[in-house]
This record gives sequence, structure tokens and C-alpha cells, in this order.
Amino acid sequence: MSGVSVSGLVKAWGPVRALDGLTLDFPEGSFFGLLGPSGSGKTTLLRAIAGFVTPDAGTVRIGGQSVDGVPVERREIGMVFQSYALFPHMTVAGNLSFGLEVRRVPARERARRIDEALALVRLEGFGGRRPAELSGGQRQRVAMARAIVTRPRVLLLDEPLSALDRGLRTEMQIELRRIQREVGITAIFVTHDQEEALTLSDRIGILREGRLVREGPPRAVWDDPGDAFTARFLGAANLFTGTPEPGGLRLASGALLAGPPGRTTGCLAVRPEAMALSPVEPGAPNALPGRIAALVFAGATVTALVEAAGQQARVTGAPSAFEGLAEGQPVWLAWPPGRAAWVAPDRPGVATGK
Amino acid sequence: MSAAPLALSGRLWLGLMLVFLYAPILVMAAMSLNASPFYQLPFEASTRWYAKLWTNREILAAAWRSVWIALAVAAIATLIGSMAAIALWRHAVPGRRLLQALLFPPIAVPWLITGTAMLVFFFGIGLDRGSPAVILGHVALALPYVIVVVTARLQGFDPTLEEAARSLGARPLTVTLRITLPFLAPGIVAAALFAFAVSFDQFVVSYFLARPGDTTLPVLIYTAIRKGFTPEINAISTIVILVSMVLMLLVARLARFGGER
Repeated sequence: MSGVSVSGLVKAWGPVRALDGLTLDFPEGSFFGLLGPSGSGKTTLLRAIAGFVTPDAGTVRIGGQSVDGVPVERREIGMVFQSYALFPHMTVAGNLSFGLEVRRVPARERARRIDEALALVRLEGFGGRRPAELSGGQRQRVAMARAIVTRPRVLLLDEPLSALDRGLRTEMQIELRRIQREVGITAIFVTHDQEEALTLSDRIGILREGRLVREGPPRAVWDDPGDAFTARFLGAANLFTGTPEPGGLRLASGALLAGPPGRTTGCLAVRPEAMALSPVEPGAPNALPGRIAALVFAGATVTALVEAAGQQARVTGAPSAFEGLAEGQPVWLAWPPGRAAWVAPDRPGVATGK
Repeated sequence: MSAAPLALSGRLWLGLMLVFLYAPILVMAAMSLNASPFYQLPFEASTRWYAKLWTNREILAAAWRSVWIALAVAAIATLIGSMAAIALWRHAVPGRRLLQALLFPPIAVPWLITGTAMLVFFFGIGLDRGSPAVILGHVALALPYVIVVVTARLQGFDPTLEEAARSLGARPLTVTLRITLPFLAPGIVAAALFAFAVSFDQFVVSYFLARPGDTTLPVLIYTAIRKGFTPEINAISTIVILVSMVLMLLVARLARFGGER
């Protein structure tokens, strides 16, 4: 078991820089989620750690030692692929045995470790089955077991749950977390599903255009996204731009929005679930007049699109919070100042606070 | 694709096609079992032509030569062709499209021309007519078939299986031997059978490249017919047809031409 770190990683595919000087530490024993839109370089980063991609510049370290120039098969990694990549011509036990056989583990030790790994993923007695005879969730478990049976130094997971349907995905998220904790292995996984990343990870890293834009524990990144891109990417935050003043953010309309104390920049991010609607003007400091453009019912929640301060804001809450409101109705939009976060604007030219 | 019932006109058409394809062969097979050497009816069952065949040393020698040449061709063409198919699939070989396109002329160019060209070429490089020349010629003819069949099988192969094997600690050679080849095995066996059949059934190129008096079975049959027909030819031809058909049935079973993962 070891931590992983990458520094100054660069990888260009023609004119596109998939990795653009990326530096990041994956602490030992952590479950680290790499998150970003497609093309942000997260898969390239994972494949560079695995050794399938040779970076143009930079260093990958596993357990403190550089693995530059070390081929995939000698990096002692375990990898779970999106398609699982189970060997179709082998049984489940054969799949697990493969990595042990190439390491010349004696037969009795192999059998013991295969049983142990199958027990860990709760597939006792499935050793004789073929991958084609398993359900999606079972294949996922076999892929996990195969990746950890060789006792790798780090576990790499490439969109491990995206092939599963929604209900099973939630169940497997909990399973993945349990297995990773029991083994205590450093795990790095790539996903484009922000909810999955927030659920599973000890730490998350947000990538954009081959660079790291934000990194930290999920809760900290959620509450203080740091820049407009991350705020928008995580949880579809509402962004207000204007001129920072000592009391808050002055919008072009003249309204003053109060923000949390501390660093002030030109953007204030407010999550949809932090906002509330009221038909009459509330006596609170942050209140904007607007009009409901649409009400979207999604079962447990309702989302209202509200036109206010020259932009559209999303407000999400329990259905009861929207009772008596109708589309087209003038409303007031309000939120407690503590629920907003100052974030760096993403385009140069937008005013930045001093 | 779900099979809808075929209309009556379709069934008739299909029946006509099958008669057209197989009637001459069936007549020949029947006559090989007819006692009369002049195709006289009534039919009188007899295995005398098969018995006589066993005593015809010329035909037996040619048949044996055809078999071992076909085995050699199958071995060489399958080895080279499979490696070529894997290389073309795995690597971005410069001019891959051109190379793949260049594989097809040997199938499309008339064998007569191919045969003449080979004769001229082998004469030019000082390779005499004889079995080595026949084998080389047949390998050239069989290679495109092998590459096409193995490539079809490769289309169904998921390259992440190789990555998975490497992530588990297997060196590239182990990956090929334990993951890629087992998957390709049915395709490779089918390709070998195909190559065997291409060689075993080949007439034109053999005719040009074999030494007279030292020929393969199809060439011998042709020469025998020119000299004067004997019913033993029906017998040996029936055997050849049976062998070829069994081979093709095996190919069809094994290759499934790219279907099934």
C-alpha cells in the first residue's frame, strides 16, 4: 500500500493537451475521486498512473518511488475497467488466478487467496462460473476481486459503475467503499458523475483542460468551490457577477448581495437548494425580485427557474416549499448570506476584489 | 435477424439454386458407384472403381502429394497470415489501408494470370518447377483468405482485455499467448482449414508450377481426362469433394465470420 503522486504531468495528443502540467497528491489509503467534464484529462491521468500512457513530461510516483519507464506489468497496480474486461474464456476463478499465476504464486496459496477475494466481494461459490453467466453487478464484483487479489499498491478504477443501472449503482457505491476500507488500499477513480464522486471519495480533484482546478475533501469543495467552473460543475450553482464592495457584491441592477466574510472576488455562487422563494418581500438582506419562468417537478424535489437580476436562477427544494406558486408569478428570491460562496470568475476581464 | 417464413416462390427458387449447384456433383458421385464404365443405366451399385483407385499408384501418389502440400501451405500461410492480421490490427502501420487493399487482388486476379506471372517470376529467380514452387504459389493465394478470416475474428476482440492482463502483471508475450490467442483460436483454425482447402483444390497455379509427372491431384485428374476418361476419376473426385465440403462446414462452424464475441 502506498500513496501516489504526480508532478508536472504533460501529455499532448497532437495539438490537444490532455494533461497540462498537472501536479496532484493521492494520500495513502484514501479513496480519491477524479472528476471533470469529458476531455478534462481525468482518464489520461489514470492511464498515465497505470502506465498505459507515457507522459511527455513529469513524473509519476507510487509509494514515493518514480515509476517513469516502468512498464504497466511491473507497476503493481490493480485496475477496474469500465467494461470490466473479464477474460471471457476463463471462469471467475480463472480470472482471479491469472494475476497470481503470472506472479508464480504456488497453487495452494492461489486457491486460498482466490477464496478470500471472492468472500470479500460476497461471491463465494461463484468461482466456477463464466463471466457470460453473471449479472452486471456480479461482473463488477469479479472485476474488483481480480484487481485486488494480487495485492497491488494502488487500485485504479475507470468509470467503474457507469455500466450499471441506477439502483444497482447506488448499492455498488456502498460496496466499493466497504471493500476499499477493508483492504485499506489507495484507490483512485475516474467518474463524470459528481454525485458518485461526492458519495465515494475521501478527497476529490476537479480537472479542467488537463489541469487541477480544485482539490480537497468533498464537503469542503462543495461548500467553497473556489472558482466559477467548479461551482457550476458541482451542483449547478447560481452565479452572480458584479462589483465587490465591503458589504458584499453590487449587481449591475444596483442591488447589494451580502456574501460571507473573507476573500471577495467578482462572483458569488449560491446553490439552488440554499435559495428560497416567497411571494412577498422578505425582510432579509439578500432578496431579489423576479418572476417564475418554469416549475419543474422531479418527485422528491421541485426546481423553479426564476428570472431575476437579468439572469436565470435555479431554486430547488421540497415540493411543499413551492405550494401556492405558479409559473409567471412575481416572486422574491432570498438566501442566508452564509450559504453563498465567493468564487473566482472564469473569464479574465470580470472584476476581481481587492 | 428474425427469420420470416419464405414464400413459395422463394422456396422454389432456392430449390432450383441447390439443384443447379449440386446436381452435377450428385450425378458424379452416383456414377462413381455405378458398375458400368459408360454411365449405362440401369444403375448397378458397385465399389469397384474405389477398389481400382487403390491400385492406381499414380493417382495415390498425386493425392498424397496434394495432402502434404496443402498441410505445408496451411501451416505457413496460417502462421504468416495470423501474425500479419494481428500486426495490422494492433499497430498503426503506415499505409495500413493500402496494405489491406493490396490483399484482395490475389483473390480477384484470374488464377491463369497469377499462375503465369508466378511461373515467369520463379523462372527469373532460378526457382525450378516443383513442389517448393507450388507451395510458395499456394501460400501467396491462401494468405489473403487467412488474413481476412483472422481479422474478422479480431473485430470481436476487446483490446481492454489485453490491458487488463497487463495491469495484472502479465508481460506482452504472456498476454498474447494466454489472452489474445485463445480468443482467436477458432478463427485461426478456420483460417488454417481455409488455407488447406485453397491449396488442395487449386488447379491453375499448380498446373503451371508443378513438374510434369510429379503433379498434384487436380492436375492429374485434368490430365487423365484429356488422355481418356476412366470412372476412377469419378471416385477420386467424389472423395475430393467430400473432403472439401467437410472442411468448409468446419470453417463455417468455427469462424462465424465476426459474429459472437
